[in-house]
Amino acid sequence: MTERLTKPLLAVAAPALALVAAFALTSLVLIIAGDPTGEVWSTILTPPEARNVVNVVNAATVYYLSALAVAIGFRMNLFNIGVDGQYRVATFAAAVVAGEAWLPGILGTVLAVLAAVLVGAAWAGIAGVLRASRGVSEVISTIMLNFIATSLVAYSLRRVAVREEGSNIIGTREIPAESRVPGLPLLGEVNGEIYGFVVVAALCGAGYWFLLNRTRFGFDLRATGQSPEAAVASGVNVKRMIVTAMLLSGGVAGLVGLPILLGSAYTYGSTFQSGIGFAGIAIALLGRNHPVGIALGALLFAYLEEQSNPLQILVDVSPDIVKITQGIIVLTVVISYEVVRRYGQRVEQRRVAQALERPEGERAGVTT
Amino acid sequence: MAQAQVAPPGQLAVRLSGIGKQFPGVVANDDVNLEVRRGAIHAIVGENGAGKSTLMKILYGVQKPDSGTIEIDGSRVDLSSPADAISAGVGMVFQHFMLADNLTVLENVVLGAESRHGIGDAARKEVLRICESYGLHVEPDQLVERLGVGERQRVEILKVLYRGAQIVILDEPTAVLVPQEVEELFTNLRELKEEGLAVLFISHKLDEVLSVADEVTVMRRGSTVATVDPADVTARQLAELMVGSELPSPTTEASTVTDEVLLAVSGVSLPTADGRPLLEDISLQIRCGEVLGIAGVEGNGQAELVEAIMGMRPGVTGSVRLGERDLTALSTRARRECGISYIPEDRHRHGLLLDSPLWENRVLGHQTRPPSARGMLIDKTASRRDTERIIEQYDVRTPGPDVLARALSGGNQQKLIVGREMSGKPQVLIAAHPTRGVDVGAQAAIWRHIKDARREGLAVLLISADLDELIGLSDRINVILRGRLVSEFDPSQVTPQQLGSAMTGAGPDAETGR
Repeated sequence: MTERLTKPLLAVAAPALALVAAFALTSLVLIIAGDPTGEVWSTILTPPEARNVVNVVNAATVYYLSALAVAIGFRMNLFNIGVDGQYRVATFAAAVVAGEAWLPGILGTVLAVLAAVLVGAAWAGIAGVLRASRGVSEVISTIMLNFIATSLVAYSLRRVAVREEGSNIIGTREIPAESRVPGLPLLGEVNGEIYGFVVVAALCGAGYWFLLNRTRFGFDLRATGQSPEAAVASGVNVKRMIVTAMLLSGGVAGLVGLPILLGSAYTYGSTFQSGIGFAGIAIALLGRNHPVGIALGALLFAYLEEQSNPLQILVDVSPDIVKITQGIIVLTVVISYEVVRRYGQRVEQRRVAQALERPEGERAGVTT
Repeated sequence: MAQAQVAPPGQLAVRLSGIGKQFPGVVANDDVNLEVRRGAIHAIVGENGAGKSTLMKILYGVQKPDSGTIEIDGSRVDLSSPADAISAGVGMVFQHFMLADNLTVLENVVLGAESRHGIGDAARKEVLRICESYGLHVEPDQLVERLGVGERQRVEILKVLYRGAQIVILDEPTAVLVPQEVEELFTNLRELKEEGLAVLFISHKLDEVLSVADEVTVMRRGSTVATVDPADVTARQLAELMVGSELPSPTTEASTVTDEVLLAVSGVSLPTADGRPLLEDISLQIRCGEVLGIAGVEGNGQAELVEAIMGMRPGVTGSVRLGERDLTALSTRARRECGISYIPEDRHRHGLLLDSPLWENRVLGHQTRPPSARGMLIDKTASRRDTERIIEQYDVRTPGPDVLARALSGGNQQKLIVGREMSGKPQVLIAAHPTRGVDVGAQAAIWRHIKDARREGLAVLLISADLDELIGLSDRINVILRGRLVSEFDPSQVTPQQLGSAMTGAGPDAETGR
């Protein structure tokens, strides 16, 4: 019975510990800076309005996909830092495909999604192949690929872009209305719509869980992540696994920009949101690579950002303070998971020892 | 000179009283009492998990005891780090050497102890002086990577002496040595003793203990149970003190060897870039119901041979056949599916997922076969049920299949691996050091399972550093030296000494002498 209780308790303890520490440290920063700590927190912790909730869910959808992409890599001990580049290249490709309207309506949407997944996978696949064939660290190669992605997209954008009337902003041709993904007015029309893509994100989360925990492929992937040597001895082709995992991670990364592209922006331009891939790394860490944990982490990050918006107006503090909080969360989360993991290990070992002592004493005559 | 005051022989160097140390869930140390005299070799014997290593770590300051006192040369000390221990005159030679291959002997010795005699001529003089006075033969300017295992061990001892140790602890020093090297080590240890040092020698090879020690302390379940004079006891009596029960032996019964060749390896080579192949033209055949033992000093190609047969090693030439099937082009997974089972040498690295539950470890290596898999999915229910079967049949001591592999003791981990590898009706079993680092009880069980496998008609390839185990279990023994099979012995005729000679290439039977 106690064992049933301790496991979930420990799972919750780590992020809780991290959050408390992060809030404490952020408060310290505020105090040192002489900012009104209490007012900052009361602003951030004010219950959000319905339209803010919509914004939070939308932002979280994007973060969720990004963190899932990172988490796939993490489960195999691959550090895909390149989600950022992957989603930008992929979103650009999708924007072109959908904007050119080669296929009508929903078919155009499907084609765009497919293009995004394939391009994202291919971009990440480069790092996978380099790692498998030449032993190049995926950390280095994905960082490099991020830079290349930035330049490549900027260059290509000039080739295909259309300039908006009276503006310097350039973007891809706007996606026709019938190829867009409709939003879900769950909280009333006036409050704005939740991205229809939230469904896709949820499906991805479920698929991620099923793939990793229920399939042979997922087992091989996790085994390789835990111990490449043991995986090899058990018959896993580790090189192929590396490439496959990077392709998968990149494929999901390709989806990251689509909620925005197909749900609100309808064009990929120089102002398209960037940096989502890096937030994804933090959220995957926070969520412990678990699909539900990642969802909570994504919501938390989105919530902090949304609630920090009025800080400047209300209490004259830069909303960037929550960036500090987010950064500290990532640090504290890593530490507190390790602390809790060690504690959990000790608990487990003690439990095993106790369990072994008792029955052996009781059925001494039977076993020997 | 750091060798401040060498107390007269016979005086107490170390006194441990009532030492206790608790780890969560592990019997570590409980009421340990030990007295070690100067000018004596004191052996500590006990099964794996009896608490020997913990005790030594306490004495070397790696771990702090929960209770009890440590006295060195009559005064009470508080050791909270190896640095404290070194300054109290305690030195430790670990089982796994900690040497930098690309540095010379001298550099390795001085590394980290530069403050004693600098790094120049003074240091060299001191190293030479120590070599001289303790009869340790090593060339100070030789690169460590060129040294053999025995020489490396001497460098480790030298390191400890250079740091001024008066009490030298050796953790299973003979585990990595062949019989001839063991003799050399013992000569060195006797020198140390003559010079008035106290030597603490941990081992579970009882014959060696009896031949070299002046006093023997037996540990069982974390406590010291007896200190005896080696002249008064036999190896068997010692062993019975260790386990507290009757002893198993690895002797096989009547031969079950048939004519049907199951595993045929022919012309297997593994060339390397530097021209010295790791494996050279190895051919062997194992018949149904036969155990072929491979003897060799570690690093002579045993690991590579196993990996070549398992298909884990790229660049291997030659062919591997299982019965009528040619496995040469098949992947590791396909070979396993054909019926080759594999008990890896290093269970933590190759055999287990330590942070996964036991049932997932049951799946490992059987990902594609029932009961682990159903179609493309992992069948958790069936895997758990089958894990429970293994736990039952192979006497794995665990509360259940959901415990993490890490929480089990080494012997129980190994029993789980053996049980797993015997599942799914294998035809060939490749067992690399199957009883390394497991306690006597688990060892007996594993021997029994290998014998059962043989009786059921499996072809078994047994690689072991334990010559008694090889002689006791094998139907034939091949000796591997520098990547080649150099000689074959009949286990009923051969002695460990003869095997040892062949293993080092010194014996008359070896094709390639030095």
